[in-house]
Amino acid sequence: MIDYWSMLFVFVLATFIGLGVIRRVSRLLYTPLMSLTNAISAIAVVGSIVVTGADFPTPIRVLGAVALFASTTNIVSGFLITDRMLKMFKKQ
Amino acid sequence: MTHAIAQLAAVVATALFIFSLYWMNDPKTARRGVTAGVIGMLVAVGATWVQPEIVHHGWIVLAIGAGFIVGVPLSRVPLTAVPQRTALSHAFGGLAAGLVGTAEYFLGLGAGGADLTAFRMSAIVAEIILGFLTFTGSLMATGKLQEVRWIPQRPVTYPGQNVVNIGVLVIAVALGVLVAVHPAAAWSARAFLAIVGLALLFGVLLIIPIGGADMPTVISILNSYAGLSAVAMGFVLDNKLLVTAGALDGSSGLILSIIMCRAMNRSFTNVLFGAFGTVKAAAVTGEQKAWKEETVEGAAQLLEQARLVVIIPGYGMAVAQAQHKVRELYDQLTKRGVTVKFAIHPVAGRMPGHMNVLLAEADIPYTALVEMDEINSDMPQCDVALVVGANDVVNPAARYAKDSPIYGMPIIDADKARTVLAIKRSKKPGFAGIDNELYVQDNTWMLFGDAKAVLGDLVRQLTGGSGLH
Repeated sequence: MIDYWSMLFVFVLATFIGLGVIRRVSRLLYTPLMSLTNAISAIAVVGSIVVTGADFPTPIRVLGAVALFASTTNIVSGFLITDRMLKMFKKQ
Repeated sequence: MTHAIAQLAAVVATALFIFSLYWMNDPKTARRGVTAGVIGMLVAVGATWVQPEIVHHGWIVLAIGAGFIVGVPLSRVPLTAVPQRTALSHAFGGLAAGLVGTAEYFLGLGAGGADLTAFRMSAIVAEIILGFLTFTGSLMATGKLQEVRWIPQRPVTYPGQNVVNIGVLVIAVALGVLVAVHPAAAWSARAFLAIVGLALLFGVLLIIPIGGADMPTVISILNSYAGLSAVAMGFVLDNKLLVTAGALDGSSGLILSIIMCRAMNRSFTNVLFGAFGTVKAAAVTGEQKAWKEETVEGAAQLLEQARLVVIIPGYGMAVAQAQHKVRELYDQLTKRGVTVKFAIHPVAGRMPGHMNVLLAEADIPYTALVEMDEINSDMPQCDVALVVGANDVVNPAARYAKDSPIYGMPIIDADKARTVLAIKRSKKPGFAGIDNELYVQDNTWMLFGDAKAVLGDLVRQLTGGSGLH
């Protein structure tokens, strides 16, 4: 049985931390921020790995593999393009 | 043991993700944030992969490999295409959540449905509705931003649109409640698939009435949904790391949406259900004034003699790919001792921060990029305000014209500058279909033409004259 109350607790606290941290993000960097959070929320990759790699029926694992592909694409392109954009921000 | 590794990895990865976002508060530390994010991700993936229940490693390698093959080219798109890349990645995020939710339901159903408690089913239903509507909604947004031919660019509206949209969502949620209560009845699997279909449909319907100028807000909202679908996945899989990372993404999307809405003086519901683009052109009040055109020579002279020039970029600069010409102009003017600043409106462009990235790409130092709130106090001292492809964000009608669709929207006070030069592609009104009275002000001179070409002419004029100094 999953302890949903503690999950909810974690969710609420994480949201408040997120609001606090994001509010301080430089306005200059909103575009890279969005690609960075894209990459981070592709943490869905851990769910996809379980569905793809565990001993489940093949149709289920096919769904998992597609999800894994989509999440990996986000991680790879998200981090790379964020770094590419951030490199361009120079003081002088 | 491996369980403890997974728990520890989740804690470490969460901390790294928070640091990653924290370092985005300054361009100087921001790249460190990317490193922290990458390490957090590697830790999380590694700790999941070594779990004993993972047995099909070949499949994982294949899927990850395919992700790299698509992901690397996607990270190299031109910066003008960043909004559509971002929308596409929201689509992928939504798809992953939707598919994992679907897989979890059918797994539970195959095992007899004992795992599918009402609580867990509610999380699965939330995951697939959010995931799949984000998927199609973001694909539509991608198509609109990429200007794909068969997706209409202009907002598409029809009578009863909101009733239809809300109706589709209500039916999906109602079916979701039924399936959550009876997860393993004879009809449940079909009802589940119907929810998937309705969510996919809702995503399309949601984006159809939305026009280009609303894209910054819509992308932010979809960002938030993609994060929330990851949170729902965390609830389904009993994984706190998914919940924390998804919540960070969700709150980021939420804050950006609020900022974008405020910058347009509109509410969420108004953006999603208001169909901004269809507002009838406001009746022109008073007598029609005429534009005054300025020559390139005259404009160059004005710029050269100024002490403070404020350049106001808009989506037109992105369309014309004019940011590099803007830089050349910036160089020519700063060389002559002119102070040049850039006034950045929060919703200029097609996504939050769009203008900053384009100007940074053109090697303009970020210290010259000034937010609307800060630049407005400098505008009365500004000798020349140069508007490059911006329109609604400098329209003074936003201050007082109550019948105007942009009424109340905070604007950059270009009209308060001593002289205004506006580069405009055509003589047609802007996105909102309203005349911009900035263009007919006494101190405004127009430069008609493609932004890149006009700026090129200005730079040539300035370099040609510089030989005499």
